[in-house]
Parts: sequence; C-alpha cells; structure tokens
Amino acid sequence: MTALWFTMIIAGVITYIIRLMFILLLEKVQISEQVKKGLNLVPPAVFSAIIFPDLFLKNGDLAISFMNGRLIAGLLAIITAWRTKNIVLTVIVGMVVLTVFQVLIQ
Amino acid sequence: MNTTPRNEFLGGIQAELPILVGVIPFGMIYGALARSAGMPPGAAQAMSAVVFAGSSQFIMAQLWGEATPIFVILVTVLIVNLRHGLYSASIAPYVKHLSSSWKWLLSYLLTDEAYAVAIVHYRQVEDGSGGKVTLETGKQHWYFLGAGLALWSTWQISTAVGILLGAVIPDSLSLDFTLTLTFIALVMPTLKGKGELVAALVGGTVAVIGAAWPLKLGLLCGALTGILAGLWSDRK
Repeated sequence: MTALWFTMIIAGVITYIIRLMFILLLEKVQISEQVKKGLNLVPPAVFSAIIFPDLFLKNGDLAISFMNGRLIAGLLAIITAWRTKNIVLTVIVGMVVLTVFQVLIQ
Repeated sequence: MNTTPRNEFLGGIQAELPILVGVIPFGMIYGALARSAGMPPGAAQAMSAVVFAGSSQFIMAQLWGEATPIFVILVTVLIVNLRHGLYSASIAPYVKHLSSSWKWLLSYLLTDEAYAVAIVHYRQVEDGSGGKVTLETGKQHWYFLGAGLALWSTWQISTAVGILLGAVIPDSLSLDFTLTLTFIALVMPTLKGKGELVAALVGGTVAVIGAAWPLKLGLLCGALTGILAGLWSDRK
C-alpha cells in the first residue's frame, strides 16, 4: 500500500504547486493590461464551463426541452440571480423548482 | 465602513454555506467510492487532506481501483487540476501584499468552491459595491480563509462519513445541484460587459461539446476558449 501513499503525496504536491505557482510568480512579474483583462474573464468562463453541462446535458445527451428539470430550474435561478443578486434565494428557487418538477414528472 | 478580520472571516463562512449543501453528498460519495475501489480507510481520508480537490480525488479512486499505472494517474491529476492555475493567476493580484505564510496557506485552500466566493468578494470590494473598504486596508484574505476552512472541514467530515457509512443520500434529492445553483448566483454579477458575456457563453458551450472528453478536458478547453473569445470580442 506504500504505492498508494506515494501516488497520493505526489498528486498532492502537483495540485499544490498548480495552486501556488502564479500567486508566487505574479508577485515578481508586472502583468500587462491584456493579461489582466484575460484574468478578469476567468470567473465567467470557468463557472459557465461548470454550469452549462449540468443544465444542458441529461445522461450525457443534449437535452434542450421543457422535460429537462435542471434546465428549467437553472434558467429560473439565472433570472433570480440577475434580478436579486441573492445567492441563498437563487439556490432556494432552483432547488424548489427542481424538486417540484421531479415530483410532477415522476 | 470598517471591516475586521472577524467580520470578514465569518462573512466568508456564510458565503460558503449554500455551496456546502452540495459538497456534503459529493464528499460522501467520494468516501464510499474510495472504499469500494479498495483504498484503506486511512488513505482514503488522507487523500481529502493531501490532495483536497474533489474531481481529481474521484478520478484517482476510480483509476486506483482499475490498477492504472501511477504515472498515468499523476498526469491525469495534473490535467484535471490545471484549471486551478487559472484561479491562482486571477487571485494573485489580490493577495500580492500578504506575507508568504498567508500565500502558502491560501494556495492550499484554493479550490473551485473557495475561489468562487473569494474572487467575487474581492471584485465587489474593488468596484465599491461591497462598502468603502479598499483592498490595501482591507482584510479580505480573512474572508478567503473563512470560506476555505469552512469548505476544508466539511470536505474532511463528509469524506469520513462516506468512508464509514457509504453514500446514504438518495440520488433523487439532487443536492449536488446546489453547487451549480451557487455558481449561477456567483457568475451573474460578473457579467458586466460584452467580453464577460462572450466568455461565459463560449466557455459554457465548449464545455457542453466537450463534456464527454476524458480528464475534464471539456472544462479546461471551455475555460480557455471562453477567455480568448472574451478578449477577442473586447479588442480595440
């Protein structure tokens, strides 16, 4: 089982270096305006890349329809977030819609 | 408005709470999966502290169960976690003034879930929508720490529960969806201009196209093409 511990520790070091790298590097280097702009786009790009597949895919297939509960709940959550900027309310609206949807459909 | 380390720390924990609802079942499923992949309980638990990265822990447990060569497992972890490099770069300007120990500590806590609430908080403070606190005098790293530690402890405990009990949460509860919903709530206020909107739409679309690609490459490619598309649409 030492192989497992070895793998785990190296994996931990790799992950840690990835997380630490730019925080340490960018301290020394002056970053250009263009790079700064790119970094500002990290949250919208990454979060959408996490969100979209969960809303638009069902069991790996594209599911753009009213029968896709997560898509409906997600769209209503998007409207809630946009109008209220309230995280808790957005989560509640999404979960309630999804739950109601699942109860009605099943 | 003055902010204290204590207020920031508690604010970070509070912001992390809705995310934790989705993290608990995720951690339990990981614990159960690691056990069924043949990992001893101690190792399965240690992984959550040593690697502390949900998706890559899932993949490692799976690959370990399939007796995958160590080198392949490590390359997989590297690629799956590369997106954290984007987080590191994007949060770097905000933690620049901190001491090395803070930087080393916060880097350890730089997961998807902690990054999400921390970066949104930093941005709000930066453009004044979060009170009159400036970044120089601010204590926003305490907020980051609060969010990170809340996530860290929840991840350890839910892993332990999953190892001991297996995953007992019924699928039909869909608690994992709270993660997506929190990300929606966090991403909406960042869509301030055309560049951000394009980055979000392109990033999301590419991730859908690449959802079946191995090593979470769809997510990584989505993020990168989204950023490039956003820059391109904002060019002068």
